[in-house]
Amino acid sequence: MTDSDDTASGAPKPPGEGAPFLDVRDLKVHFPTDDGLVKSVDGLSFTLEKGKTLGIVGESGSGKSVTSLAVMGLHRASRRQRATVRMSGEIRLDGQELIGADPDEVRRLRGRRMAMIFQDPLSALHPYYTVGKQIVEAYRVHHDVDKKTARKRAIEMLDRVGIPQPDKRVDDHPHQFSGGMRQRAMIAMALVNNPELLIADEPTTALDVTVQAQILDLIRDLQKEFGSAVIVITHDLGVVAELADDLLVMYGGRCVERGPADKIFEAPQHPYTWGLLGSMPRIDRDHTDRLIPVKGSPPSLINVPSGCAFNPRCPYADVPKDDLTRTVRPELTEATTGHFSACHMAPAERKRIWTEEIAPKL
Amino acid sequence: MFSYLIRRVISAVILLLIVSAVTFGIFFLLPKIAGQTTDQLAQQYIGKSPTPADIAAVKRNLGLDKPVYEQYWEFLKGIFTGVDYKFGPEAARCHVPCFGYSFKTHIEVWPEIRSRLPVTLSLAVGAAVVWLVSGITTGVISALRPGSLFDRLSMGVALAGVSLPMFFTGAIALALFTYQWPIFERSDYVPLFDNPFLWARTLVLPWVTLAFLYSALYARLTRAGMLETLSEDYIRTARAKGLGERTVVVRHGLRAALTPLITVFGMDLGLLLGGALITEQVFSLQGVGAFAVQAITANDLPNILGVTLLAAFFIVLCNLVVDVLYAAVDPRVRLS
Amino acid sequence: MSENAKKKSGKAGEPAETEQTREPAEAGAAAEAQESAEAGAAEEAGKGGESAESAEPDGADVPDGAASAESEQPAEAAEAAEDAEPAEPAEAVDEKPAAPVASAAAVPAPRSDADGVRTPLLRVRGLTRHFPITKGLLKRQVGAVQAVDGIDFDVYPGETLGVVGESGCGKSTMGRLITRLDEPTGGTVEFEGQDITHLSPGKLRPMRRDVQMIFQDPYGSLNPRHTIGGIVSTPFRLQGVEPEGGVKKEVQRLLELVGLSPEHYNRYPHEFSGGQRQRIGIARALALKPKLVVADEPVSALDVSIQAQVVNLMDDLQDELGLTYVIIAHDLSVIRHVSDRIVVMYLGKIVELADRTSLYTTPMHPYTKALMSAVPVPDTKRRTERDRILLKGDVPSPINPPSGCRFRTRCWKATETCTTTEPPLVSLKDGHKVACHHPENAPGPGTA
Repeated sequence: MTDSDDTASGAPKPPGEGAPFLDVRDLKVHFPTDDGLVKSVDGLSFTLEKGKTLGIVGESGSGKSVTSLAVMGLHRASRRQRATVRMSGEIRLDGQELIGADPDEVRRLRGRRMAMIFQDPLSALHPYYTVGKQIVEAYRVHHDVDKKTARKRAIEMLDRVGIPQPDKRVDDHPHQFSGGMRQRAMIAMALVNNPELLIADEPTTALDVTVQAQILDLIRDLQKEFGSAVIVITHDLGVVAELADDLLVMYGGRCVERGPADKIFEAPQHPYTWGLLGSMPRIDRDHTDRLIPVKGSPPSLINVPSGCAFNPRCPYADVPKDDLTRTVRPELTEATTGHFSACHMAPAERKRIWTEEIAPKL
Repeated sequence: MFSYLIRRVISAVILLLIVSAVTFGIFFLLPKIAGQTTDQLAQQYIGKSPTPADIAAVKRNLGLDKPVYEQYWEFLKGIFTGVDYKFGPEAARCHVPCFGYSFKTHIEVWPEIRSRLPVTLSLAVGAAVVWLVSGITTGVISALRPGSLFDRLSMGVALAGVSLPMFFTGAIALALFTYQWPIFERSDYVPLFDNPFLWARTLVLPWVTLAFLYSALYARLTRAGMLETLSEDYIRTARAKGLGERTVVVRHGLRAALTPLITVFGMDLGLLLGGALITEQVFSLQGVGAFAVQAITANDLPNILGVTLLAAFFIVLCNLVVDVLYAAVDPRVRLS
Repeated sequence: MSENAKKKSGKAGEPAETEQTREPAEAGAAAEAQESAEAGAAEEAGKGGESAESAEPDGADVPDGAASAESEQPAEAAEAAEDAEPAEPAEAVDEKPAAPVASAAAVPAPRSDADGVRTPLLRVRGLTRHFPITKGLLKRQVGAVQAVDGIDFDVYPGETLGVVGESGCGKSTMGRLITRLDEPTGGTVEFEGQDITHLSPGKLRPMRRDVQMIFQDPYGSLNPRHTIGGIVSTPFRLQGVEPEGGVKKEVQRLLELVGLSPEHYNRYPHEFSGGQRQRIGIARALALKPKLVVADEPVSALDVSIQAQVVNLMDDLQDELGLTYVIIAHDLSVIRHVSDRIVVMYLGKIVELADRTSLYTTPMHPYTKALMSAVPVPDTKRRTERDRILLKGDVPSPINPPSGCRFRTRCWKATETCTTTEPPLVSLKDGHKVACHHPENAPGPGTA
């Protein structure tokens, strides 16, 4: 997120020195269905460096989870999946192209150089195997060690993520763990091979607030310790504010706004981001006014509205002249350094609306 | 786990008692209610033109004049201790487990059934192996490539297998492989330990015919279970770990997908062990099923009762095994 | 919403207009009534409605008319007592357990007037629900999940009571108990002065019109095989009520009320988005003009932008119809936004009960404080400023809750006393009760 080329137009850099650790360009993930082509992700570009955290924010159907699975190569892991997805664009992990790569090669990267934490640890852990066995399995796929060594490593990892009596709990089944412990075990499993990229898909959505706080702290600590690149995917702006250095807001399979988290929270540029902020009740503010919801419902990914996908729900759709919002799809443009947004309104206009109309009501 | 096991065993025993009481009631209480006299019942043991004295003797000896619950109690006791019957001067010992005597042949029920058990066991277990292997394999391959030619073809065959009746497929098999091309000649059952080769050769056709029906069902069940399991979150986790697709499917998918099959399998095997009526008829195998059919046609109450209780025993036993297996496979069951 | 509460307490009598159209309860279909609030009960509903027509009226045990007559007066009383300290009535009742419930039901209005006391719409005392745990061969009871363990609170007409807590704190069980979808194992629940704690399904029927529930899952709570019209008209058929102008017209009016189009009448649930389904659930809940609506996690399954729409809708409906809400949620931000007063629960107990401002500005219970500090705020600047209290470990099992104060195992202020003595829920300042031996932000020293 540090470089300035925004869309696929820029020439790809050679792998190695200078190239970002994770470089996603013009990623498209489409699923042909009986009802039509579902464009879950439709031209998404971003970069991420080691040691940094990128937050991807969006509602259900925005394409945020599909993006993460695409990076992990999980849309193409089995023959069956490969038949049901169309992917294009580039995903480069440390210079290595993943989209066109041999699925088996991507498989060898999975779990070793890039790992993932899922939303609901109860359903994401296999109910029949002990927690220890599942971690051991993850370690031994990529390391040629005997079971004993792997088990020692599993206990070490459980200890590291804060599970009490790890040498005993290692033989428990997932259902014997509490929700928070399960997510810790999941994290232990993801980190067992010291991955350089960690993707956390709604890591705390299924958890209670006090446990969520523990897990967010844990992720932050572990990142500092391992220096890995982290992608946090969530619908909760609060969670990204806790973790993320950079932010990417998705709507209808595309990025509508991205930039440093500080800048976005201070002065968001896109009407959809305003809508998200206005929709959220705030615990830190006592206001009796009504919330400012976004009208309507999220767009169909089969018939994405023409022009700006957000136009049917945007209160400012008529501000730009010549019906631009409904005919021309806005490109990401840089408003301030490193802060991009895809909106037809002029940056000055957006700034005025934010400071005069939106911010005072939040 | 131990307490769970004990609890299951106790409930199985209670279940068997209930089944035996109900069956006994149907055979000995219902006719009474419907107006049958004990004389008529006793007459069945004797055959044509009995004298009133004979009837009275039989009634006394078999205790038919006692209330039904007492008869039931005697019957139960007989199963565990054996019974001595006095027919005139000579005393006949009905050995443990005593299910009484046949009306018609005057032979003890249990030895008759026991001699036929190996046939039924061979048939049921052999067929089960065939259908498990073929059904599950077909189901898994179909599930891995849904919509493929193999999937559509095998599911089509499976549909036929489920809908075609046994006596039809059995007759076709016989016509083709015994009469048209005598690959499997018709022969009597040969015990396994006498000549394993002949044993298998006699049974191949019944196995395959019987298994055809069940593999069809199991292929469909496996396919559905696999498809559901493969969309589970933990399968995605397994892939995210970088496991090979084979490991994902077999270690993580198949085990979970097959667990529900255990229940169905226990039920099916239990039912079959009680006698595969049609298969045994079609292939002229002298198994428990054939015995049952003969008993029913002859209205031979003690034999029918014996077969019914045996079938119930197998079903209850298989269910018990299933419950225990289930707890062993799925750790979540153990706690609750 | 506190503004709204004041405005609408005057309107709280409005639902009473419909009392005339109501008929006494019918015994025949009574069993089905229990399902009225539950998902997919429309099939039964049809049967219930049919049998209701032929059944004998059974108004004997339920003074429906009497109850409705009272219902107007408390509202007026509430208005009269508006500026009275809100926490007082509960206290007063606590100290006078002798005040018989029956007499309260008989002459509520004079008493309220005389004491200057607001009469609660719902009064809960010592509410308890234990789920037995059996073990061994004989299935003897070895313990109980103490899901709800002796809680007291009141709900006043026109207000929104928020109930917040983490999973396993018993808040959802509590919701099912006060709507009598589940029967308490102890304590009492009074609705409009009538003890409904152990009423049979048949006798609960009239009460089911006045108390409705909104569920969390907008996907699971609507029967997929019924049209929206069928779903929303279920309550009419269940209760055998014929609204003015016919059921269809009334249902269409309800659909419009919750922001859907009347043309949606013949559509099926799968044609709607999550937010729209929740609107349908709300329309169904409002069909019989209830007095109390209990909403269990009404917005937690919805996307952020849709969540706000539904919150606003519930807010508007409260203004328009003078509803009283009990809103159960785990999201402290949502609770802060919607509630007038808030109950904080932990392991089956109420640890704190206070009005919104007091609770969020000066939380007294350490648990409340920790809970609020744990909520992430969408503002990167706050990341560094705030002092977060990180609780250790998980919530203990409700089967063997800790002795004394249930929070002590995770509390940084816990002392010996907390292990031995259970702190009572006491009022430390107006409208602010807390159950803690070492409360934070306490007004004076030695209050506890």
